[in-house]
Amino acid sequence: MKTMRAVALVFLAAVLAASMAANWIAPASYARQFRDQPDAAPSAQHLLGTDDLGRDRFSRLLYGTRISLLLAPAAALMSTVLAGAIGGAAGFAGGWIEVCVMAGTDLFLSLPWLFLLITVRACLPLNVSPVVSVAITFVLLGCLGWAAAARVVCADVRSFRNSDFVLLARASGAGGARLLMRHLVPNLAPVLAAQFWISIPVFILTEANLGILGLGVAEPLPSWGSLLRELESFSGYSAQPWLFAPLLLLVLTVSSFQIVLHNEEVAG
Amino acid sequence: MKRWILCLGLIFATVSTRCAGAQPGSELRFCIPSDPRTWNPLLVEDDASETIRYLTGGVLVRLNRQTQQLEPELATAWKVSRAGNAISFTLRRNVRFSDGSAFTARDVAYTIAQLMDPALHSPTGDAFRAAPGKVITRIADPYQITILFPAPVVGLAKLFDQVAILSATSPEHERAVLGPYQLADYRGGSFVLLRRNPNYWKHDSAGRPLPYIQSVRLDIEQNRDIELLRLLRGEIDLIGSLSPESYDRLSAKAPGMAVDAGVSLDSEQMWFNQAPSAPIAEYKKAWFRSTNFRRAVSESIHRDDIIRIVFHGHARPAVSWISPANRAWFDSKLAPHAFDRSEALRLLAHDGFTLVNGVLHDRAGHAVEFSLVTNAGNTPRERMAAMIQQDLAAIGIRVHVVTLDFSSLIERITRSLNYEACLLGLVNDDLDPNAQMNVWLSSGENHQWNPGEKKPATAWEAEIDRLMRAQAASLDAKKRKQDVDRVQEIVWKQEPFIYLVDKDALMAVSPNLHNVSPVALRPQVYWNIDWLWLSNSGSRRP
Repeated sequence: MKTMRAVALVFLAAVLAASMAANWIAPASYARQFRDQPDAAPSAQHLLGTDDLGRDRFSRLLYGTRISLLLAPAAALMSTVLAGAIGGAAGFAGGWIEVCVMAGTDLFLSLPWLFLLITVRACLPLNVSPVVSVAITFVLLGCLGWAAAARVVCADVRSFRNSDFVLLARASGAGGARLLMRHLVPNLAPVLAAQFWISIPVFILTEANLGILGLGVAEPLPSWGSLLRELESFSGYSAQPWLFAPLLLLVLTVSSFQIVLHNEEVAG
Repeated sequence: MKRWILCLGLIFATVSTRCAGAQPGSELRFCIPSDPRTWNPLLVEDDASETIRYLTGGVLVRLNRQTQQLEPELATAWKVSRAGNAISFTLRRNVRFSDGSAFTARDVAYTIAQLMDPALHSPTGDAFRAAPGKVITRIADPYQITILFPAPVVGLAKLFDQVAILSATSPEHERAVLGPYQLADYRGGSFVLLRRNPNYWKHDSAGRPLPYIQSVRLDIEQNRDIELLRLLRGEIDLIGSLSPESYDRLSAKAPGMAVDAGVSLDSEQMWFNQAPSAPIAEYKKAWFRSTNFRRAVSESIHRDDIIRIVFHGHARPAVSWISPANRAWFDSKLAPHAFDRSEALRLLAHDGFTLVNGVLHDRAGHAVEFSLVTNAGNTPRERMAAMIQQDLAAIGIRVHVVTLDFSSLIERITRSLNYEACLLGLVNDDLDPNAQMNVWLSSGENHQWNPGEKKPATAWEAEIDRLMRAQAASLDAKKRKQDVDRVQEIVWKQEPFIYLVDKDALMAVSPNLHNVSPVALRPQVYWNIDWLWLSNSGSRRP
């Protein structure tokens, strides 16, 4: 199991390093259209061929990986912080506050995410650069993805609140802030870490889904979502197996995250 | 002697084969994208209902999709009054509805009453509403009827191509039809089955009843890839409209099935928001209102690249608002705008724009950038937007491509006007320029670059208003053509819409389907459904 974890970590590190070094590794800009070579097969010039606009697929995969791998953890961090704050406060306060906050969380969970994202995305200003647009997409994901994690955090804090060590701290005269910072937050850390790791692949896949709907990252910036759109039409794959490269990378990366996470839980 | 016997045998075999095609039992199958929204032919708006109307509805006159001329159907003769506000029809005798009831002028009067009933809100009827007032029908005898409109209706006779005649007396209401087929079965989300109308009035020269094909099964299938797969498997016989990718895929696998019927009426275009009330910066509105700016953008877009890469060669550079497929109205003197970056930069320099370090700036020093919205999920349009983005980057203009879901896009371009530029297409079914009055009159709601102007914002818009009104009021075909040509010239020069490409009509037809003459106008493949026949349909997979 340790070997698997090591392999997964090395793979994630290699993918991250390659994407960070895209400026030097990529043979061309992700936006450059080689219009005389659209849909070209892999060659020495274009390792994964070109897309339908003649853009180098390998370069787009590198830059797309960078975007998805950097922004998905950022969105995961944001949603985890929100989940910790909202779930933690509800669990710590208990009583009617907890009931109200959890009812609000349930309501939030029942919202149709996809339509909500489409609506919010449609309301945003149009004249923003692709980089800002991708940042907005992931901020939205982060802001909307906290509810499930908040329930877990709330349940944990509730159990801590009634535990012996908190009772002892209270009996020793510890105030609310001290209880929270010295006793509850350190005990919540593993739960929050697990929620953070779980959220990363979820956000990567959500962005991919938005990309398939054409609502993710703006042209010409690539992301895994926009790269996966090439697989929308199911015909002709057997003749072009290299089209599966982004899908393969996504599956391997998400699997690696899961392996690392599973080992973290086992170790925990 | 043996040779004679052989020849006779061959002739017999040939005749048998042709007749076999016309034998009852053959079933034509193709797909429609959704369930029909209505069975009432007067309320048709969607493609599926339009297909049913075409196959079941009997009309007084029919536009021959190949010759683009009107032909008699249930009316053997017709005459439009000199004032253009009345039309008289002589009706065909001995015609019966599918339920057996006789067809007379009463049915036409009933249909017109229904069509023009404001409570019905018939989209077909809207085309006849030239002015407020009552439409009067005068029945001279059971086979002579005159319809009087409160004001002249331009292209009046052609509008009747869309009007399926209803029975005034049948208890079956709109299910009693005069067209070649009648509704036999319908399973929601699955299929619509049409059977030959036993009382259909047409016969071929040998006296055999038409249509040759016994039934038409319309399978409801949204997925275009599955539709293509089903065609290749032999489960369906035709696809009315193919994407360029599907066309190429089909050409590679079954070259005999793929048909490019040439340029269609459908175009792709972009435009800038020039509305004074639009919530965008004033300096940007000033760019968008500049003819030189619009022309520079137009001349910087490499239309040939778009055609080659996005449409795989199955499109033509667009010229103006009327496609060359519209033979009667297209102004053949006009040529597409050439790709010419140096000319574009010259036009921009003329307006005070300067290129500094690869970035275009206006006189006030603002870097030139704008957002281009289009509908999400439309791959060709997204590709076109990406190509326009790169083309304009070459003259220092930064374009932000934004894809929005369709309803958000429509809300922005029609209500909030909160957008800068838009890339969309126009699906056009009507050959007459009057169908686009709402686009070209400056007061029109679909005058997209500046909708609902109280008075024309520019001299050239005022001229378009004058010309469009003049041609709409004129019954002189030559004068109308002159006016419409002039409007095309103005649009070509001013480019309120930057026309990019006119798409080809791509379709697929099984080799088992005979007598097919694909055309660019809808319905491209089965417009002559009466005369189509099938061979080998018995070997089809269930």
